[in-house]
Amino acid sequence: KRINTLATRILVQT
Amino acid sequence: MIHAYKLNGYNIIVDVFSGSVHSVDELAYDIITLYENTPKQQILDQMLKKYKDDKTVNTQEILDVFSDIEELKKNKQLFTEDTFGGKAFDFKNRNTVIKALCLHVAHTCNLNCEYCFASQGKYHGERALMTYEVGKRAIDFLIENSGTRHNLEVDFFGGEPLMNFEVVKQIVAYARSIEKKYNKNFRFTLTTNGMNLNDEVTEFCNKEMDNVVLSLDGRKEIHDLTRKTIGGVGSYDIIVPKFQAFVKKRGNKSYYMRGTFTHNNTDFTNDIFHMADLGFKELSMEPVVCKPTEPYALTEQDLPILFEQYEILAKEMLKREKEGNPITFYHYMLDLKNGPCIYKRISGCGSGTEYMAVTPWGELFPCHQFVGKPEYSLGNIFDGVTNKEVVNKFKNCNAYARKDCTTCWAKLYCSGGCAANAYNATGDITGVYEYGCKLFKKRIECAIMMQVAKNQNK
Repeated sequence: KRINTLATRILVQT
Repeated sequence: MIHAYKLNGYNIIVDVFSGSVHSVDELAYDIITLYENTPKQQILDQMLKKYKDDKTVNTQEILDVFSDIEELKKNKQLFTEDTFGGKAFDFKNRNTVIKALCLHVAHTCNLNCEYCFASQGKYHGERALMTYEVGKRAIDFLIENSGTRHNLEVDFFGGEPLMNFEVVKQIVAYARSIEKKYNKNFRFTLTTNGMNLNDEVTEFCNKEMDNVVLSLDGRKEIHDLTRKTIGGVGSYDIIVPKFQAFVKKRGNKSYYMRGTFTHNNTDFTNDIFHMADLGFKELSMEPVVCKPTEPYALTEQDLPILFEQYEILAKEMLKREKEGNPITFYHYMLDLKNGPCIYKRISGCGSGTEYMAVTPWGELFPCHQFVGKPEYSLGNIFDGVTNKEVVNKFKNCNAYARKDCTTCWAKLYCSGGCAANAYNATGDITGVYEYGCKLFKKRIECAIMMQVAKNQNK
Protein backbone atom coordinates (compact mmCIF):
# COMPACT_ATOMS: atom_id res chain seq x y z
CA LYS A 1 0.00 0.00 0.00
CA ARG A 2 1.67 3.17 -1.21
CA ILE A 3 -1.26 5.61 -1.08
CA ASN A 4 -3.09 6.30 2.17
CA THR A 5 -6.20 8.43 1.67
CA LEU A 6 -7.44 10.38 4.68
CA ALA A 7 -11.14 10.56 5.43
CA THR A 8 -12.27 13.95 4.16
CA ARG A 9 -15.57 15.61 3.36
CA ILE A 10 -15.78 15.29 -0.41
CA LEU A 11 -16.70 18.59 -2.04
CA VAL A 12 -17.69 17.40 -5.49
CA GLN A 13 -22.31 19.45 -3.42
CA THR A 14 -24.59 22.22 -4.63
CA MET B 1 -5.53 20.26 -9.83
CA ILE B 2 -3.30 18.78 -7.16
CA HIS B 3 -0.78 20.24 -4.74
CA ALA B 4 2.15 17.98 -3.86
CA TYR B 5 4.58 18.81 -1.07
CA LYS B 6 6.91 17.20 1.45
CA LEU B 7 6.96 18.24 5.08
CA ASN B 8 8.19 16.70 8.32
CA GLY B 9 8.93 13.38 6.60
CA TYR B 10 5.51 13.10 4.97
CA ASN B 11 4.74 13.14 1.24
CA ILE B 12 1.38 14.82 0.83
CA ILE B 13 -0.96 15.16 -2.13
CA VAL B 14 -3.90 17.58 -1.85
CA ASP B 15 -6.64 17.14 -4.44
CA VAL B 16 -7.88 20.71 -4.71
CA PHE B 17 -11.44 20.36 -5.98
CA SER B 18 -12.50 17.29 -4.03
CA GLY B 19 -10.79 18.25 -0.78
CA SER B 20 -9.13 14.83 -0.61
CA VAL B 21 -5.78 14.44 1.11
CA HIS B 22 -3.42 11.55 0.37
CA SER B 23 -0.30 10.56 2.28
CA VAL B 24 1.94 8.61 -0.10
CA ASP B 25 5.35 6.97 -0.26
CA GLU B 26 8.25 8.21 -2.40
CA LEU B 27 7.37 6.10 -5.45
CA ALA B 28 3.70 7.09 -5.47
CA TYR B 29 4.68 10.74 -4.91
CA ASP B 30 6.95 10.71 -7.94
CA ILE B 31 4.38 8.95 -10.11
CA ILE B 32 1.46 11.20 -9.10
CA THR B 33 3.44 14.38 -9.76
CA LEU B 34 4.24 13.13 -13.29
CA TYR B 35 0.96 11.35 -14.00
CA GLU B 36 -1.11 13.94 -15.86
CA ASN B 37 1.61 15.29 -18.14
CA THR B 38 3.89 12.34 -18.89
CA PRO B 39 3.28 9.20 -21.00
CA LYS B 40 2.86 6.09 -18.82
CA GLN B 41 5.74 4.24 -20.49
CA GLN B 42 8.04 7.17 -19.78
CA ILE B 43 7.00 7.22 -16.11
CA LEU B 44 7.60 3.46 -15.90
CA ASP B 45 11.09 3.78 -17.39
CA GLN B 46 11.96 6.75 -15.18
CA MET B 47 10.82 5.00 -12.00
CA LEU B 48 12.64 1.73 -12.77
CA LYS B 49 15.80 3.76 -13.35
CA LYS B 50 15.40 5.96 -10.26
CA TYR B 51 14.53 3.08 -7.90
CA LYS B 52 16.88 0.46 -9.38
CA ASP B 53 18.42 -0.16 -5.94
CA ASP B 54 15.04 -0.50 -4.20
CA LYS B 55 13.98 -4.14 -4.12
CA THR B 56 10.34 -3.26 -3.44
CA VAL B 57 10.01 -1.40 -6.75
CA ASN B 58 9.40 -3.38 -9.92
CA THR B 59 7.21 -3.09 -13.01
CA GLN B 60 4.20 -4.68 -11.31
CA GLU B 61 4.46 -2.33 -8.30
CA ILE B 62 4.51 0.68 -10.61
CA LEU B 63 1.53 -0.64 -12.57
CA ASP B 64 -0.28 -1.15 -9.25
CA VAL B 65 0.25 2.53 -8.43
CA PHE B 66 -1.14 3.45 -11.86
CA SER B 67 -4.15 1.31 -11.06
CA ASP B 68 -4.62 2.93 -7.62
CA ILE B 69 -4.46 6.38 -9.22
CA GLU B 70 -7.12 5.44 -11.78
CA GLU B 71 -9.34 4.10 -8.99
CA LEU B 72 -8.99 7.37 -7.06
CA LYS B 73 -9.75 9.35 -10.22
CA LYS B 74 -12.88 7.28 -10.78
CA ASN B 75 -13.95 8.00 -7.19
CA LYS B 76 -13.35 11.75 -7.74
CA GLN B 77 -10.57 11.87 -5.16
CA LEU B 78 -7.61 12.66 -7.38
CA PHE B 79 -7.14 15.02 -10.34
CA THR B 80 -10.75 16.02 -9.82
CA GLU B 81 -12.15 18.54 -12.29
CA ASP B 82 -13.31 21.94 -11.08
CA THR B 83 -17.10 21.74 -11.13
CA PHE B 84 -17.61 25.05 -9.32
CA GLY B 85 -15.76 27.62 -11.41
CA GLY B 86 -18.32 27.57 -14.21
CA LYS B 87 -21.10 28.30 -11.74
CA ALA B 88 -19.45 31.43 -10.37
CA PHE B 89 -22.03 33.60 -12.14
CA ASP B 90 -24.88 31.86 -10.30
CA PHE B 91 -22.99 32.47 -7.11
CA LYS B 92 -22.98 36.22 -7.70
CA ASN B 93 -26.77 36.24 -7.96
CA ARG B 94 -27.38 34.38 -4.74
CA ASN B 95 -29.73 35.73 -2.10
CA THR B 96 -28.04 36.33 1.21
CA VAL B 97 -29.29 37.07 4.70
CA ILE B 98 -27.36 38.87 7.41
CA LYS B 99 -26.27 36.42 10.07
CA ALA B 100 -23.65 38.35 12.03
CA LEU B 101 -22.94 41.88 13.21
CA CYS B 102 -19.81 43.39 14.66
CA LEU B 103 -21.00 46.06 17.10
CA HIS B 104 -18.49 48.86 17.61
CA VAL B 105 -19.69 49.73 21.08
CA ALA B 106 -16.64 51.90 21.77
CA HIS B 107 -14.63 54.02 19.40
CA THR B 108 -12.14 54.72 22.13
CA CYS B 109 -9.46 52.72 23.89
CA ASN B 110 -7.46 52.65 27.10
CA LEU B 111 -4.37 51.40 25.28
CA ASN B 112 -2.30 53.06 22.58
CA CYS B 113 -0.99 50.13 20.52
CA GLU B 114 1.49 51.18 17.86
CA TYR B 115 0.20 48.87 15.11
CA CYS B 116 -3.54 49.35 15.72
CA PHE B 117 -5.44 49.39 12.39
CA ALA B 118 -8.22 51.32 14.15
CA SER B 119 -5.95 54.23 15.04
CA GLN B 120 -6.16 53.81 18.81
CA GLY B 121 -9.79 52.75 18.54
CA LYS B 122 -11.08 55.94 16.91
CA TYR B 123 -11.05 54.65 13.32
CA HIS B 124 -9.64 58.00 12.16
CA GLY B 125 -12.75 59.75 13.51
CA GLU B 126 -14.17 61.08 16.76
CA ARG B 127 -14.16 59.21 20.06
CA ALA B 128 -17.62 57.76 20.68
CA LEU B 129 -19.59 55.22 22.70
CA MET B 130 -22.61 53.40 21.28
CA THR B 131 -25.84 54.20 23.11
CA TYR B 132 -28.26 51.49 24.21
CA GLU B 133 -30.82 52.83 21.70
CA VAL B 134 -28.43 52.26 18.78
CA GLY B 135 -27.46 48.81 20.10
CA LYS B 136 -31.12 47.83 20.54
CA ARG B 137 -31.92 48.94 17.00
CA ALA B 138 -28.92 46.94 15.71
CA ILE B 139 -30.35 43.78 17.29
CA ASP B 140 -33.75 44.49 15.70
CA PHE B 141 -32.04 45.15 12.34
CA LEU B 142 -30.24 41.80 12.55
CA ILE B 143 -33.45 39.92 13.33
CA GLU B 144 -35.32 41.70 10.51
CA ASN B 145 -32.61 40.88 7.96
CA SER B 146 -31.73 37.33 8.97
CA GLY B 147 -34.56 35.48 7.23
CA THR B 148 -35.11 32.02 8.68
CA ARG B 149 -31.56 31.78 10.00
CA HIS B 150 -31.74 30.59 13.61
CA ASN B 151 -28.20 31.12 14.92
CA LEU B 152 -27.13 34.77 14.87
CA GLU B 153 -23.76 36.15 15.92
CA VAL B 154 -22.99 39.47 17.57
CA ASP B 155 -19.42 40.47 18.30
CA PHE B 156 -18.73 43.29 20.75
CA PHE B 157 -15.77 45.16 19.38
CA GLY B 158 -13.97 48.48 19.53
CA GLY B 159 -11.75 50.21 20.39
CA GLU B 160 -12.12 48.58 23.77
CA PRO B 161 -15.70 47.32 24.26
CA LEU B 162 -15.36 47.07 28.04
CA MET B 163 -15.16 50.87 28.13
CA ASN B 164 -18.90 50.67 27.43
CA PHE B 165 -19.71 47.62 29.54
CA GLU B 166 -23.08 48.85 30.85
CA VAL B 167 -24.39 49.16 27.28
CA VAL B 168 -22.97 45.73 26.37
CA LYS B 169 -24.98 44.24 29.25
CA GLN B 170 -28.14 46.09 28.20
CA ILE B 171 -27.84 44.98 24.56
CA VAL B 172 -27.35 41.34 25.57
CA ALA B 173 -30.33 41.50 27.95
CA TYR B 174 -32.51 42.96 25.19
CA ALA B 175 -31.47 40.29 22.68
CA ARG B 176 -32.11 37.52 25.20
CA SER B 177 -35.56 38.96 25.96
CA ILE B 178 -36.74 38.65 22.35
CA GLU B 179 -34.78 35.73 20.87
CA LYS B 180 -37.39 33.07 21.65
CA LYS B 181 -40.21 35.20 20.25
CA TYR B 182 -38.42 35.36 16.88
CA ASN B 183 -37.00 31.80 17.02
CA LYS B 184 -33.42 33.05 17.13
CA ASN B 185 -30.37 32.00 19.12
CA PHE B 186 -27.82 34.74 19.74
CA ARG B 187 -24.17 33.85 20.06
CA PHE B 188 -22.19 36.68 21.58
CA THR B 189 -18.46 37.20 21.43
CA LEU B 190 -16.25 39.92 22.85
CA THR B 191 -12.72 41.08 22.04
CA THR B 192 -10.82 42.80 24.84
CA ASN B 193 -7.37 44.11 25.72
CA GLY B 194 -8.02 43.01 29.31
CA MET B 195 -7.46 46.35 31.04
CA ASN B 196 -11.01 46.48 32.44
CA LEU B 197 -11.43 42.79 33.22
CA ASN B 198 -12.77 42.22 36.74
CA ASP B 199 -14.96 39.73 38.60
CA GLU B 200 -18.21 41.26 37.36
CA VAL B 201 -17.08 41.22 33.71
CA THR B 202 -15.79 37.66 34.10
CA GLU B 203 -19.06 36.42 35.56
CA PHE B 204 -21.04 38.16 32.81
CA CYS B 205 -18.81 36.76 30.04
CA ASN B 206 -18.99 33.24 31.43
CA LYS B 207 -22.78 33.47 31.42
CA GLU B 208 -23.36 35.20 28.10
CA MET B 209 -20.31 35.07 25.81
CA ASP B 210 -19.83 32.10 23.51
CA ASN B 211 -16.27 33.17 22.90
CA VAL B 212 -13.94 35.81 24.30
CA VAL B 213 -10.84 36.99 22.46
CA LEU B 214 -8.03 38.20 24.73
CA SER B 215 -5.30 40.33 23.17
CA LEU B 216 -1.77 39.36 24.26
CA ASP B 217 1.36 39.43 22.12
CA GLY B 218 3.40 36.89 24.09
CA ARG B 219 6.64 37.64 25.91
CA LYS B 220 6.64 40.71 28.15
CA GLU B 221 9.37 42.53 26.21
CA ILE B 222 7.53 41.91 22.92
CA HIS B 223 4.06 42.76 24.23
CA ASP B 224 5.22 45.94 25.95
CA LEU B 225 7.06 47.13 22.85
CA THR B 226 3.80 47.99 21.08
CA ARG B 227 0.88 47.55 23.50
CA LYS B 228 1.21 50.51 25.84
CA THR B 229 -1.11 52.49 28.05
CA ILE B 230 -2.01 56.06 27.14
CA GLY B 231 0.79 57.06 29.53
CA GLY B 232 3.28 55.05 27.48
CA VAL B 233 3.77 52.16 29.91
CA GLY B 234 3.69 48.52 28.77
CA SER B 235 0.46 46.74 29.68
CA TYR B 236 1.77 43.16 30.17
CA ASP B 237 2.01 43.26 33.97
CA ILE B 238 -1.49 44.72 34.25
CA ILE B 239 -3.33 42.32 31.97
CA VAL B 240 -1.61 38.93 32.31
CA PRO B 241 -2.83 38.28 35.89
CA LYS B 242 -6.32 39.38 34.81
CA PHE B 243 -6.26 37.03 31.80
CA GLN B 244 -5.03 34.14 33.95
CA ALA B 245 -7.82 34.70 36.47
CA PHE B 246 -10.35 34.99 33.65
CA VAL B 247 -9.28 31.78 31.91
CA LYS B 248 -9.23 29.90 35.21
CA LYS B 249 -12.91 30.71 35.71
CA ARG B 250 -13.81 30.14 32.06
CA GLY B 251 -14.28 26.38 32.50
CA ASN B 252 -14.99 24.63 29.22
CA LYS B 253 -16.26 27.73 27.43
CA SER B 254 -14.35 29.04 24.43
CA TYR B 255 -11.74 31.74 24.58
CA TYR B 256 -8.58 32.39 22.72
CA MET B 257 -5.49 34.45 23.14
CA ARG B 258 -4.87 36.56 20.08
CA GLY B 259 -1.45 38.03 19.47
CA THR B 260 0.07 40.03 16.65
CA PHE B 261 3.63 39.41 15.50
CA THR B 262 5.72 41.97 13.68
CA HIS B 263 9.22 42.41 12.29
CA ASN B 264 10.28 42.76 15.94
CA ASN B 265 9.45 39.13 16.76
CA THR B 266 9.80 36.95 13.70
CA ASP B 267 10.60 34.19 16.21
CA PHE B 268 6.93 34.34 17.20
CA THR B 269 6.68 30.69 18.22
CA ASN B 270 8.54 31.73 21.37
CA ASP B 271 5.62 34.04 22.12
CA ILE B 272 3.12 31.25 21.52
CA PHE B 273 5.05 28.89 23.80
CA HIS B 274 5.34 31.66 26.39
CA MET B 275 1.55 32.02 26.40
CA ALA B 276 1.26 28.25 26.81
CA ASP B 277 3.66 28.46 29.77
CA LEU B 278 1.36 31.08 31.31
CA GLY B 279 -1.44 28.49 31.24
CA PHE B 280 -3.24 29.57 28.06
CA LYS B 281 -4.11 26.73 25.68
CA GLU B 282 -6.24 28.32 22.94
CA LEU B 283 -3.82 30.45 20.95
CA SER B 284 -3.54 32.57 17.85
CA MET B 285 -0.82 34.79 16.45
CA GLU B 286 -1.51 36.96 13.42
CA PRO B 287 1.04 38.63 11.15
CA VAL B 288 0.82 42.41 11.37
CA VAL B 289 -0.78 44.06 8.33
CA CYS B 290 0.42 47.62 7.86
CA LYS B 291 2.13 50.00 5.47
CA PRO B 292 5.49 48.56 4.34
CA THR B 293 7.16 51.78 5.49
CA GLU B 294 6.38 51.13 9.16
CA PRO B 295 9.47 50.08 11.16
CA TYR B 296 7.65 47.00 12.48
CA ALA B 297 6.36 45.87 9.03
CA LEU B 298 7.19 42.32 7.97
CA THR B 299 9.63 42.13 5.06
CA GLU B 300 10.38 39.72 2.20
CA GLN B 301 13.56 38.78 4.06
CA ASP B 302 11.42 37.68 7.01
CA LEU B 303 9.49 35.09 4.97
CA PRO B 304 11.91 32.12 5.22
CA ILE B 305 12.16 32.71 8.97
CA LEU B 306 8.36 32.82 9.31
CA PHE B 307 7.95 29.65 7.22
CA GLU B 308 10.39 27.86 9.51
CA GLN B 309 8.53 29.18 12.56
CA TYR B 310 5.24 27.74 11.31
CA GLU B 311 6.93 24.36 10.85
CA ILE B 312 8.48 24.51 14.33
CA LEU B 313 5.05 25.27 15.76
CA ALA B 314 3.36 22.36 13.95
CA LYS B 315 6.00 19.86 15.08
CA GLU B 316 5.92 21.14 18.67
CA MET B 317 2.12 20.92 18.75
CA LEU B 318 2.24 17.29 17.58
CA LYS B 319 4.82 16.57 20.28
CA ARG B 320 2.76 18.23 23.02
CA GLU B 321 -0.36 16.37 21.92
CA LYS B 322 1.50 13.06 22.14
CA GLU B 323 2.65 14.01 25.63
CA GLY B 324 -0.95 14.70 26.66
CA ASN B 325 -0.45 18.46 26.99
CA PRO B 326 -1.95 19.86 23.79
CA ILE B 327 -2.34 23.48 22.70
CA THR B 328 -4.49 24.71 19.84
CA PHE B 329 -3.48 27.25 17.23
CA TYR B 330 -6.31 28.97 15.39
CA HIS B 331 -4.77 28.59 11.94
CA TYR B 332 -4.11 24.89 12.39
CA MET B 333 -7.73 24.09 13.25
CA LEU B 334 -8.70 22.16 10.16
CA ASP B 335 -11.63 19.77 10.15
CA LEU B 336 -11.03 17.67 7.05
CA LYS B 337 -13.80 15.19 7.73
CA ASN B 338 -16.60 17.44 8.95
CA GLY B 339 -15.45 20.77 7.59
CA PRO B 340 -17.54 23.46 5.95
CA CYS B 341 -19.66 23.01 2.84
CA ILE B 342 -18.45 24.23 -0.54
CA TYR B 343 -20.63 27.36 -0.30
CA LYS B 344 -18.74 28.47 2.80
CA ARG B 345 -15.40 27.55 1.28
CA ILE B 346 -16.07 29.67 -1.78
CA SER B 347 -17.73 32.62 -0.04
CA GLY B 348 -15.43 32.96 2.98
CA CYS B 349 -16.25 35.14 5.97
CA GLY B 350 -19.28 36.78 4.34
CA SER B 351 -18.12 40.36 4.91
CA GLY B 352 -20.39 42.93 3.25
CA THR B 353 -23.12 40.38 2.59
CA GLU B 354 -23.76 38.13 5.59
CA TYR B 355 -21.60 40.00 8.08
CA MET B 356 -21.45 43.74 8.71
CA ALA B 357 -19.97 46.17 11.20
CA VAL B 358 -22.06 48.80 12.99
CA THR B 359 -20.46 52.06 14.16
CA PRO B 360 -21.45 53.79 17.42
CA TRP B 361 -23.80 55.92 15.30
CA GLY B 362 -25.45 52.97 13.56
CA GLU B 363 -23.69 53.29 10.21
CA LEU B 364 -23.06 49.98 8.41
CA PHE B 365 -19.75 48.87 6.87
CA PRO B 366 -18.70 45.57 5.24
CA CYS B 367 -16.57 44.64 8.25
CA HIS B 368 -14.64 46.22 11.10
CA GLN B 369 -11.62 46.86 8.87
CA PHE B 370 -13.63 49.09 6.51
CA VAL B 371 -15.09 51.31 9.22
CA GLY B 372 -14.02 54.91 8.66
CA LYS B 373 -13.72 54.51 4.87
CA PRO B 374 -16.71 56.58 3.62
CA GLU B 375 -16.75 54.98 0.15
CA TYR B 376 -17.55 51.65 1.83
CA SER B 377 -20.52 52.88 3.87
CA LEU B 378 -23.42 50.47 3.19
CA GLY B 379 -26.21 52.48 4.82
CA ASN B 380 -27.37 52.40 8.42
CA ILE B 381 -29.43 50.29 10.82
CA PHE B 382 -32.36 52.75 10.68
CA ASP B 383 -32.82 52.96 6.89
CA GLY B 384 -31.22 49.62 6.02
CA VAL B 385 -28.63 48.70 3.40
CA THR B 386 -28.87 51.38 0.72
CA ASN B 387 -25.51 51.05 -1.04
CA LYS B 388 -26.32 47.93 -3.06
CA GLU B 389 -23.40 48.59 -5.39
CA VAL B 390 -20.86 47.89 -2.65
CA VAL B 391 -22.83 44.86 -1.42
CA ASN B 392 -22.74 43.43 -4.95
CA LYS B 393 -18.99 44.04 -5.09
CA PHE B 394 -18.62 41.95 -1.94
CA LYS B 395 -20.94 39.25 -3.31
CA ASN B 396 -18.50 38.90 -6.18
CA CYS B 397 -15.57 38.79 -3.80
CA ASN B 398 -14.98 35.05 -3.47
CA ALA B 399 -12.56 32.26 -4.30
CA TYR B 400 -13.27 32.61 -8.03
CA ALA B 401 -13.14 36.41 -8.22
CA ARG B 402 -9.42 36.84 -8.78
CA LYS B 403 -7.51 35.90 -11.91
CA ASP B 404 -4.36 35.44 -9.84
CA CYS B 405 -6.11 32.67 -7.89
CA THR B 406 -7.02 30.61 -10.98
CA THR B 407 -4.05 28.30 -10.61
CA CYS B 408 -3.79 28.47 -6.81
CA TRP B 409 -4.23 25.20 -4.92
CA ALA B 410 -5.27 26.92 -1.68
CA LYS B 411 -8.25 28.96 -2.87
CA LEU B 412 -10.86 26.66 -1.35
CA TYR B 413 -9.12 27.06 2.01
CA CYS B 414 -8.76 30.85 1.97
CA SER B 415 -11.87 31.60 -0.16
CA GLY B 416 -9.87 34.20 -2.05
CA GLY B 417 -8.45 35.82 1.05
CA CYS B 418 -9.39 38.78 3.20
CA ALA B 419 -11.06 41.63 1.29
CA ALA B 420 -9.68 44.23 3.70
CA ASN B 421 -6.12 42.99 3.35
CA ALA B 422 -6.52 43.00 -0.45
CA TYR B 423 -7.89 46.54 -0.33
CA ASN B 424 -5.10 47.78 1.92
CA ALA B 425 -2.41 46.15 -0.23
CA THR B 426 -3.76 46.88 -3.71
CA GLY B 427 -6.59 49.42 -3.39
CA ASP B 428 -9.06 46.81 -4.68
CA ILE B 429 -11.07 44.31 -2.63
CA THR B 430 -10.62 41.75 -5.39
CA GLY B 431 -6.87 42.34 -5.48
CA VAL B 432 -4.38 39.89 -4.04
CA TYR B 433 -2.32 40.53 -0.90
CA GLU B 434 0.57 38.34 -2.00
CA TYR B 435 2.52 38.42 1.25
CA GLY B 436 -0.55 37.18 3.12
CA CYS B 437 -1.06 34.45 0.50
CA LYS B 438 2.44 33.10 1.05
CA LEU B 439 1.94 32.89 4.81
CA PHE B 440 -1.54 31.41 4.42
CA LYS B 441 -0.36 28.64 2.11
CA LYS B 442 2.44 27.74 4.50
CA ARG B 443 -0.02 27.55 7.40
CA ILE B 444 -2.40 25.30 5.47
CA GLU B 445 0.48 23.01 4.44
CA CYS B 446 1.41 22.70 8.12
CA ALA B 447 -2.20 22.17 9.21
CA ILE B 448 -2.75 19.39 6.66
CA MET B 449 0.59 17.80 7.60
CA MET B 450 -0.59 17.67 11.22
CA GLN B 451 -3.76 15.87 10.13
CA VAL B 452 -1.68 13.37 8.16
CA ALA B 453 0.62 12.81 11.14
CA LYS B 454 -2.30 12.25 13.51
CA ASN B 455 -3.90 9.89 10.99
CA GLN B 456 -0.75 7.77 10.82
CA ASN B 457 -0.38 7.68 14.60
CA LYS B 458 -3.83 6.18 15.12
